[in-house]
Amino acid sequence: MRSSLRPYLPVLALGVLLALAPLLLTSNVALNFLAVTLIVSLAAQGWNLLGGFGGQFSFGHAAFFGVGAYSSAIWQMRFGLDAWTGLLVGTAMGAVTGLVIGFLAFRAGLRGSYFALVTLAFAEVFRVLANSSEVTGGAAGMLLPLKIGAGNLQFSDRATFLGLVVALTVLVLGLVQWIRGSRFGAQLVALRENEEAARALGVDVLAVKLKAIGLSGAITATAGVLYLQYFLFIDANIAFGTWISVEVLLAAIVGGLGTVLGPVVGALALHGLGELVKAAVGQLPGIDLAVYGAILVVAVAFLPGGLVGLARRRAAPRQVRKAEPEGGRA
Amino acid sequence: MYSADIIIEALINGLLTGAIYALVALGLTLVYGVLHIINFAHGALLAAAMFAVLLTNQVVGLDPYVQIPFLMVIFFALGYGLQRLVIGPASHGRDENILLVTLGLSIVIENLLLAGFGSDTRSLNTDYSFAVFEVGPYLLGQARVFGAGGALATAALLWLFLSRSDTGKAIRAVAKEKIGASLQGIDVAHVYAVTFGLGCACLAVAACLLLPTFYVNPKIGSAYVLVAFTIVVLGGMGSIVGAMLGGLIIGAVESMSGLFLGESLGQIGIFVIFILTLLLKPTGLFGAKA
Repeated sequence: MRSSLRPYLPVLALGVLLALAPLLLTSNVALNFLAVTLIVSLAAQGWNLLGGFGGQFSFGHAAFFGVGAYSSAIWQMRFGLDAWTGLLVGTAMGAVTGLVIGFLAFRAGLRGSYFALVTLAFAEVFRVLANSSEVTGGAAGMLLPLKIGAGNLQFSDRATFLGLVVALTVLVLGLVQWIRGSRFGAQLVALRENEEAARALGVDVLAVKLKAIGLSGAITATAGVLYLQYFLFIDANIAFGTWISVEVLLAAIVGGLGTVLGPVVGALALHGLGELVKAAVGQLPGIDLAVYGAILVVAVAFLPGGLVGLARRRAAPRQVRKAEPEGGRA
Repeated sequence: MYSADIIIEALINGLLTGAIYALVALGLTLVYGVLHIINFAHGALLAAAMFAVLLTNQVVGLDPYVQIPFLMVIFFALGYGLQRLVIGPASHGRDENILLVTLGLSIVIENLLLAGFGSDTRSLNTDYSFAVFEVGPYLLGQARVFGAGGALATAALLWLFLSRSDTGKAIRAVAKEKIGASLQGIDVAHVYAVTFGLGCACLAVAACLLLPTFYVNPKIGSAYVLVAFTIVVLGGMGSIVGAMLGGLIIGAVESMSGLFLGESLGQIGIFVIFILTLLLKPTGLFGAKA
């Protein structure tokens, strides 16, 4: 029992740390920073499941983020239904979108750059559609009416909302840790390392990829719904914009591709650095993003395991090297 | 609906624009054909070139067309340096890494432009920006006609260079068989950088040809990059003939879907072609292999 719980210890430790934040932090700036960063990290968990564990790099995860946000907004505003079921509907729609895109792309045998491009194109199609369709409010976007109350997933203080975000983050961390140790997780890593070999060993490659992109879409869509509930507003350029596609892959890569804690560590590091840069140079538009881009280049060049990999390498000499408990990316 | 004259005029204007798109795509497909990488920074580099044209025009007063030779050389050097010093060393020879490194570069370039120039959309007005040629019943923008002519001429020059010059032959040899070429004494890293430089030089020419009629802002690159990817995929990755033909097709499609679906929904036509090509025939019209 003890040994089967052991892999969850880092997740639990991070969870406790994050759970303390809404209780200890009082400054609105800090609460706001943490809420937005964790929402991005949640979306990045979705990307990491498909890209980090499965090796299928998507450049269009905005498609799932936006579908989640818009589904819930339409559910609430056009059908007059409540926000909690909206959260479930948004998540489910993200899974469906993932399955449809995955079915089309993977059945056509697209991988590598081709898969990246086709996901980007899907996100753009959704953006144009959301920007010009009636039901999504067109270019004006959708503004959720202010109805404060736990039943409407709207809270008067940021700390409560942050508590919800932390809870979902920890839940997904646990889920990803569980997937990692599962048969499905092993199959996913196997096809990342060598698709032909995995197939030869009897892995149903298409089914595993579909499962991964479905889950990935669902997780990223959940983040989209949270974004909607936090800001109570979305438009096509936010929900389906390239910024979120880029941020999620950046967080996962900088944090550590295919590691459970990578997306959270990466998102915190990136956003923290972004704030520092803004504080240093002032509000020059785009300067934080320029730094993100440079970090992406540097991370790919010098940090193959991301920050988590770096920490692990530092810690490695002190460990008695048993059978590698956490097989990071080679 | 529309009269035949309006449709034909839109079609011709679409084809003229398509020729310039083809030039943008030519740089992308050349780099893909030789280095087998997708240069995600292509659009951002185009935006940078367009700002360079704009700035030179405002500060020195040089006409965009006169700037072509200077900007070509500068962008060739820039591209050479980028591949040799940044993209090559940083990506450790892995395809996904190259994609990520060029994505990172595009974010850096785009946002430095944003920080430097602000998010305003700018345009450059020349004497011929709004002038037209009257051909029969049709009105054709002069700048578009010059642009298409310049794009076709550049493509022809590039083709001559690749087929006749020693460097061109080395480039084609590396594209076909990298290891074999290096055994013949060809410096592969140098050829890669030259090819990347040529791709950027195409962008510089395209920027000079675009600016008299098209506006520019720091985010414009992502619009062009998707159009260019569509052309490259449609024509077949790495195929020069495919890029030219694909450019003309996409120009026509864009113009037609803009006419029938309206400005904002009109962009859909291109993405739909892109997705359908990838799903149904990823080798494109002239592509040799997937």
